Amino acid sequence: MAEVLVYVDHVDGAVRKPTLELLTLARRLGEPVAVALGAGAENTASALAEHGAVKVLTHDAPEYADYLVVPKVDALQAAYEQVSPAAVLVPSSAEGKEIAARLAVRIGSGIITDAVDLEAGDEGPVATQSAFAASFTTKSRVSKGTPVITVKPNSAAVEAAPAAGAVEALNVSFSDKATGTKVTGRTPRESTGRPELTEAAIVVSGGRGVNGAENFAIIEALADSLGAAVGASRAAVDAGWYPHTNQVGQTGKSVSPQLYIASGISGAIQHRAGMQTSKTIVAINKDSEAPIFDLVDYGVVGDLFDVVPQLTEEVKTRKG
Amino acid sequence: MSLRIVVTVKYVPDATGDRHFADDLTVDRDDVDGLLSELDEYAVEQALQIAENADDAEVTVLTVGPEDAKDALRKALSMGADKAIHVEDDDLHGTDAIGTSLVLAKAIEKAGYDLVVSGMASTDGTAGVVPALLAERLGVPQVTLLSEVSVEDGVVTGRRDGDTASEQLQAQLPAVVSVTDQSGEARYPSFKGIMAAKKKPVESWDLSDLEIDAEEVGLEGAWTKVETAAERPARTAGTIVKDEGEGGKQLAEFLASQKFI
Repeated sequence: MAEVLVYVDHVDGAVRKPTLELLTLARRLGEPVAVALGAGAENTASALAEHGAVKVLTHDAPEYADYLVVPKVDALQAAYEQVSPAAVLVPSSAEGKEIAARLAVRIGSGIITDAVDLEAGDEGPVATQSAFAASFTTKSRVSKGTPVITVKPNSAAVEAAPAAGAVEALNVSFSDKATGTKVTGRTPRESTGRPELTEAAIVVSGGRGVNGAENFAIIEALADSLGAAVGASRAAVDAGWYPHTNQVGQTGKSVSPQLYIASGISGAIQHRAGMQTSKTIVAINKDSEAPIFDLVDYGVVGDLFDVVPQLTEEVKTRKG
Repeated sequence: MSLRIVVTVKYVPDATGDRHFADDLTVDRDDVDGLLSELDEYAVEQALQIAENADDAEVTVLTVGPEDAKDALRKALSMGADKAIHVEDDDLHGTDAIGTSLVLAKAIEKAGYDLVVSGMASTDGTAGVVPALLAERLGVPQVTLLSEVSVEDGVVTGRRDGDTASEQLQAQLPAVVSVTDQSGEARYPSFKGIMAAKKKPVESWDLSDLEIDAEEVGLEGAWTKVETAAERPARTAGTIVKDEGEGGKQLAEFLASQKFI
């Protein structure tokens, strides 16, 4: 059976959820061979094996943390040359897309980014993508070379599928370009204790109607009652009420959770682009004419300062 | 020596228009008005600021696109760029990201450069891979997704805000930079700028000028193939209630019925 290379996104050996989703998709195409790089790479093996990786290729070197992107491209290329896979799958993070794109040029392949589904096809994997602020769905394939495809979080369910997951050391020799861009400092983000925005099953977002940074506390309280991530519209971010890393929309994150709750967000195209593919959409807005209500499964026309705290209390009561 | 900055820009259909696909499954450019991709305005802005802080610099805007793409170049020139290059060729219709990066890279090399500045992504394709592809093809450092950038003594530095960390980056020129929408508000063209732009040079190059074979680009030469494109079905109308004191509780009831609570 053909092997499929899966690039592993992990933090010191803890595999991030989108990589486990990739393994689900990779198993539709062949036998997943995982590539884990950097500090803690070997510690990824048990989680990867549990979810279907037949092999885990690992390599650690200081270059992965000290220089931007290119050392990882060199390593993925080494894995590609060793395995000769039928496809290469990479999580659709900012860095993942850059790694995948550079690999594609090096191996003379086409690239598809931000796939939301993958299936095997007669002429290679067929990728589903959303286009034009998710108003269209396309199906595409790579027509030259070995398909390189990046896949967005929440595109497949994480499934247990125990496999060997044999750890093998990957041989990597870095190119002379590997040290071109030096990382001279790194400030880790403070953890909020909430789920990662793009990976969360539920997202609670606030917009212009929240009317001030201090008022985001009520959005956060609702999010915490549901175990959700917190998002913000561009208007709220531009006003300085919430960090840009939480922005949902065309120029921020694109999310596709099971449940999206928009509070005080009108639903301009810029915002819809980032949340339209959510499974269930709920909105609270004072303006009954707000375009967000065209998207909702359930909407409440009302003041979010009344509705949101009442909802939070009710969720807490029901959850006991 | 003069700092040669090339800004790559894209002419895209207006995101607030009714965007759709043409019969050959390429982006329809006829029915929706086009404009300079908003995210490229940030690239033009940062290029102009870098140029203003340099002793001597020249900013060239470069686009690959149909005849109308000149509008995007004009906008960038009216913001203050010095000159423009328009790569235009009928054989380019349907070119994908890999092909576009090939054309841009050849044009950048022909133009001569110390620094390439790009936006973080286009507002139509939204893949965001072209800057990394350019760095790979040009064989120069990639300093991408910056929310802050500066150039001094032949070194580019910047801040890249990622999901898990904020990184400080540094590379020697020549290099490829991309900037995010957090890098700073783009200036509006002044009346004087708009008038001056009309006199600024716009060069037109085609594939033969760049020594690229037509087979390497266009829809036929693309590395990817779109097989189907379907409009997403409109969401079925949901239940909308007016809050009369119980709105939060009603919403909780809905969430419970959907098993979210």
